[in-house]
Amino acid sequence: MCRGTCGSYEKTFKGGVSLAVIKAENLGFVYSAGTSFEKTALNDVSFEINEGEFVGIIGHTGSGKSTLVQLLNGLLRPTSGNIFLNGKDIWENPKKIREVRFKVGMVFQYPEYQLFEETVYKDIAFGPKNMGLGTDETDKKVRASAGFVGLREDQLNVSPFELSGGEKRRAAIAGVIAMDPDVLILDEPTAGLDPLGRETLLSQIVDYHKVRKNTVLLVSHSMEDIARIADRVLVMSEGKKVMFGKTAEIFSKGEELEKIGLRVPQITKIMLMLKKQGYNVDTGVLTVEQGFNEILSCLSGI
Amino acid sequence: MAREITLGQFLPGNSFIHKMDARSKIILLIATIVFIFLCRNFVSLLLISLFSLLVIFMTKISFMKYLKSLKVILFIVILTGILNLFYGTGDIIWQWWELKITTGGIINAVFVIVRIAILMMISAVLTYTTSPTDLTDALERLMKPLQFFHVKVHEIAMMMTIALRFIPVLLDETDKITNAQKARGADMESGNIIQRVKALIPVLIPLFVSSFRRANDLAMAMECRCYNGGKNRTRMKVLHFTGVDIAAAIVSTIIFAGVIYCNIRFGSII
Repeated sequence: MCRGTCGSYEKTFKGGVSLAVIKAENLGFVYSAGTSFEKTALNDVSFEINEGEFVGIIGHTGSGKSTLVQLLNGLLRPTSGNIFLNGKDIWENPKKIREVRFKVGMVFQYPEYQLFEETVYKDIAFGPKNMGLGTDETDKKVRASAGFVGLREDQLNVSPFELSGGEKRRAAIAGVIAMDPDVLILDEPTAGLDPLGRETLLSQIVDYHKVRKNTVLLVSHSMEDIARIADRVLVMSEGKKVMFGKTAEIFSKGEELEKIGLRVPQITKIMLMLKKQGYNVDTGVLTVEQGFNEILSCLSGI
Repeated sequence: MAREITLGQFLPGNSFIHKMDARSKIILLIATIVFIFLCRNFVSLLLISLFSLLVIFMTKISFMKYLKSLKVILFIVILTGILNLFYGTGDIIWQWWELKITTGGIINAVFVIVRIAILMMISAVLTYTTSPTDLTDALERLMKPLQFFHVKVHEIAMMMTIALRFIPVLLDETDKITNAQKARGADMESGNIIQRVKALIPVLIPLFVSSFRRANDLAMAMECRCYNGGKNRTRMKVLHFTGVDIAAAIVSTIIFAGVIYCNIRFGSII
């Protein structure tokens, strides 16, 4: 970070506390530029994400979500526009892009397919070792991150291929958390898990976010999950940013979301329908519990 | 990255060559290659080269594509060409110590270079104009006589089809795993050769694991549909010889006869 020294960068202080940890400026990305297979995946996307925020990213398949998150941690280089991490352009020095990847941890879809080491311990230690940390520090980080995802001590010494599907996924996520990134990006972390597994994993991610107080970006198709845990939501469609705002605000625009092939959480939909029927309820309701209370208060008001 | 490797080089088209049956293309390709090596003098070499170029132009595929197929073997062509310069008999043109370039050597070198170049380009005609499925179908049909010797022709063809089918899938998978490991700070772009080979381990192991998983799934799916090999199976696309194939066979035969005639008429110079 460059407090005070590089005044040329726009710092976004909101109430003097939060600083934009990630800032995207007119981001564009074209696959196979200049060939007949040219395809624009991202078009003029700008946004800012503040430190400590939990941001949900939603969008239809092929809306550019995956491209966007890969740009944010420097796996892809934007064909136009800039990305700033803590106020610094991440492609300023392409040779140091690995450092950006340590700061912006990325968990891909189905991360369990990246496990390769002999033991779970060694696999989780892969990231910290690449960062050049010493044995002691690596050990601390491995154990801490294994704790976050709920892997038992004795599981650290078995082969990752002996774990169950859900455990493999959690081990892979631990491998990214172990690098202690400022920003953690998760691309559909719960895809293919059973309901209990989803629930456990999500609450672990929320706990992790609370303890470490770092920034988390969650790409998901489950509106219910996003509604429950995200502070703000970024809506993508056809490579463009459609909306970006507080979760309740976004989901109160049910019709607009449906137009781009998305839906709102079931409970929000019920509220929207009640509103249409003439009941005076708040449509910014995101969880069943809130909905329950809202309906109760509405009924008692009659 | 991995995506940019050209594989399954089939370029769909509508030319005379595209319309030929894959079996006749394979047979005529083999025959042409044999005749390229049967040429004994410049006249017959010129004849077969012109014939090959004619075939290449008839595919209506840009000549640049064919030149690119040559780029891969450019080193081998030049190396064998140079080596051949020094092997041969005849008048000595240039000598240094034990190394001599002779007229015979020069003729040898020209022949070798032209033969390899034509061989590569005419083989590219087959892969450029035939879809991989047609190709394996045709190979299966052509290998059928081997069944007499208990060769499992259908199984071999099936394996080839599956292998071809999964190349893009595996490339995609490689890309994904590479990205995942890069996100964990794997350094694949720098270091000496040993470090680079070591850096591939985090990619190769997951790739192997997922290949076995896919193979298992596929085998299971095939068994669930009671798939059991070639006997009495009908095909969705049945190969047919048409007028195009007969015309191609006649023209090729005339050219091959011409090569033999030129060999006899103008004598052997190598």
